[in-house]
Amino acid sequence: MANGHQASGIQAGRLAAPEIADNFVDLHPAYDAHEAAVAADRCYFCYDAPCMTACPTSIDIPQFIREIQAGHPTSAAKTILDQNILGGMCARVCPTETLCEEACVREAAEGKPVEIGRLQRFATDILMENGVHPFNRAPSTGRTVAVAGAGPAGLAAAHRLAMLGHAVTVYDAKPKAGGLNEFGIAAYKSTNDFAAREVEWLLQIGGITMQYGKMLGQDITLEGLSADHDAVFLSIGLAGVNTLRAAGEEKSGVRNAVNFIEELRQAKDLSALPVGRNVVVIGGGMTAVDAAVQSKLLGAESVTIAYRRGREDMGASRFEQDLAASKGVSLMFNVMPKAIHGNGAVSEIELEYTSVEEGRVSGTGETTRLAADQVYKAIGQSLEGQPEALELEGGKILVDARGRTSVANVWAGGDCALGGEDLTVTAVAEGRDAAMDIHSSLMG
Amino acid sequence: MADLTTEFLGIKSPNPFWLASAPPTDKEYNVRRAFEAGWGGVVWKTLGSEGPPVVNVNGPRYGAIFGADRRLLGLNNIELITDRSLEINLEEITRVKKDYPDRAVIVSIMVPCEEQAWKDILPKVEATGADGIELNFGCPHGMAERGMGSAVGQVPEYIQMVTEWCKKYYSKPVIVKLTPNITDVRFPARAAKAGGGDAVSLINTINSIVSVDLDQMAPEPTVGGKGTHGGYCGPAVKPIAMNMVAEIARCPQTHGLPISAIGGVTTWKDAAEFMALGAGNVQVCTAAMTYGFGVVKEMISGLSTWMDEKGYTSTQDFIGMAVPNVTDWQYLDLNYVAKAKISQEDCIKCGRCFAACEDTSHQAIEMSADRVFTVKDDECVACNLCVSVCPIEGCITMEEVPAGQIDERTGLVVSDEYANWTTHPNNPSSTAAE
Repeated sequence: MANGHQASGIQAGRLAAPEIADNFVDLHPAYDAHEAAVAADRCYFCYDAPCMTACPTSIDIPQFIREIQAGHPTSAAKTILDQNILGGMCARVCPTETLCEEACVREAAEGKPVEIGRLQRFATDILMENGVHPFNRAPSTGRTVAVAGAGPAGLAAAHRLAMLGHAVTVYDAKPKAGGLNEFGIAAYKSTNDFAAREVEWLLQIGGITMQYGKMLGQDITLEGLSADHDAVFLSIGLAGVNTLRAAGEEKSGVRNAVNFIEELRQAKDLSALPVGRNVVVIGGGMTAVDAAVQSKLLGAESVTIAYRRGREDMGASRFEQDLAASKGVSLMFNVMPKAIHGNGAVSEIELEYTSVEEGRVSGTGETTRLAADQVYKAIGQSLEGQPEALELEGGKILVDARGRTSVANVWAGGDCALGGEDLTVTAVAEGRDAAMDIHSSLMG
Repeated sequence: MADLTTEFLGIKSPNPFWLASAPPTDKEYNVRRAFEAGWGGVVWKTLGSEGPPVVNVNGPRYGAIFGADRRLLGLNNIELITDRSLEINLEEITRVKKDYPDRAVIVSIMVPCEEQAWKDILPKVEATGADGIELNFGCPHGMAERGMGSAVGQVPEYIQMVTEWCKKYYSKPVIVKLTPNITDVRFPARAAKAGGGDAVSLINTINSIVSVDLDQMAPEPTVGGKGTHGGYCGPAVKPIAMNMVAEIARCPQTHGLPISAIGGVTTWKDAAEFMALGAGNVQVCTAAMTYGFGVVKEMISGLSTWMDEKGYTSTQDFIGMAVPNVTDWQYLDLNYVAKAKISQEDCIKCGRCFAACEDTSHQAIEMSADRVFTVKDDECVACNLCVSVCPIEGCITMEEVPAGQIDERTGLVVSDEYANWTTHPNNPSSTAAE
């Protein structure tokens, strides 16, 4: 028997396993061939297409959609993967509503863009299901490159470098590759172990050696990597989590949202995963939404996202906000955590209302309290454990337009590096572009 | 609701929508259902001579062209005339006509090109009480190989000869159905008229290979690894049919010859267009085969609504109204000048007009860095390609440059005088204006 929504405290098995399985099905079910044909036919094949400009990896979207129309989804996938080797995951996690699909002229025309993300998924799924890896390695260059961090940026860089004939070693602190794709996004965006399958598919290029359990600064050092390789690419992500700076933050039941999401993504049995009856998530980005929605799907009775600014400032897109609302998550705006109450374990959170003037948030003095067995912190992540030699800017590794850091023969990309939004697709673009610059630097 | 009652060759039907001779009118069962659904008349599926009926292939008979959502745009078939016995067909026709005296029942006939064959069948058809006959000189496949169908329709002398036989042995109206698989449809139409035919109906289906199976390397529909050309019909053929109808309607030798128009009629609007071009009524097949007999309801209500809006009280009010405006290219007014105009309010910035004009036309559209598309009046020849490729209806329009204004492309003042190629100085055989 399931324990139910109302069971007090933090409990596993609030819902029966089949119900949980239903809750965690694919967010955007795959198109069948006919649906894809109809969806593809809506593309106008725009001149100098705005969708393509809006894509951080500049995928030739009209071209791949046309290839779907013409009955060659695997060619379409090749067009996608030429630009974005993680095109399969990006089709699942990209906030297309703020990228390609926002730019789609049909969005302007009728508020219904061509469903580019789902078409991309249709094409890449077929290619991957066929077990095709449509890239070949160039003859060996004899050069070696170290990649620190096996997230989207590191994988994209590694694949491109390997394809160009370099020998690549990828180091990661975790026991698995994928970075946030594997550990950091909602389960319903990467069903059937997609992140791991995509990595396996990507590694078919050959020439990439994976070294797990190697944390930069502990098990390996930048100096060591530089000494052993001709070039180094750093894609170490953001390992630190920002604190609330509210009284009572140390109480049990207060956690980092990223840890919860990671635990959930790695769980063999979701019905064994404990969740509070009342959950409050502090933050306004995608991580906040992912943590809140998944808490609700596990069976929490009430889940609230508390965000210190207004809806329009939320990092999570309107689509994500609506998704949360549709799952029964309450969205509270203009509130910030003031104190966390409870005898050892959290039982209530005290929120203070805010006003925002000229961009600055300040408390109004008025407070409210919400019952909370769990409080998830999702107010941003920060760079942590980066090599000291590197120059930083704005809390990130300083890089130029080519991805070069302040240290010779060291490049960086992804969330740890300056520039671009912290998105999978942006990380892929940065990894790919840094790889091209490493290549020209090594071969020049 | 406007009255749609239409009289064609003196045959009255409650509306101008007849089902064409084809599988939907192959037997009593279907025809009764059609009349119950509201069809104004039927042309019964083509009868052949007495004796063992023709046989059809036992594999696929149809092939199709689809739009993205499997909307059927064009259909082709390799079916022959009725494969049921003449006696049964005649009995059924007799019963149906008796039960539906207010509906038109026309019998399509195809027998060998010998006087005796026609002399034999016509009295039997006359005895059914049907309102008239239609001579199938159109089928392009199968029967044509046996010297019938389009094999007759492609030789005007045969058309005239057989029509004369029919007028000799049959007392009611004779409609001659024409094949489009000829170079100039006016010749068979003139032959039909010369033979005493009361009307023509067109078009029959167009010779076609609808698709090729690239694995079997054979045309579709594929029967045992081989295919043959079929007859093409449906929405895709409507423009071809409309031109042929208009050619007959405006030809001085055939002008006034009643026309029953066939070819891709799917909604009321298709019918209105054919009728404006001179058709007295229309015949429908593919729309019924795609959607069932119920499609006639929209045709009836749509035509009636449009007539009400326009103030027409009878179909006679608009039949042929567009015929005087169909002319030869040489008579088009060369002093009429227009320019494309893009409504910035409606533009969704897809850039298709730009790509089309820049790559394939007159380089008359400018694209700014922020994707604003504007027409260069000094380059625009008003070709209408931008309008044709724009996905937003009404976004790009062709605006007439009024007389007295300067055409920025030519630098000349637009004249209010009509002038055409026949008098143009560049025409070596131009005739000086009086």
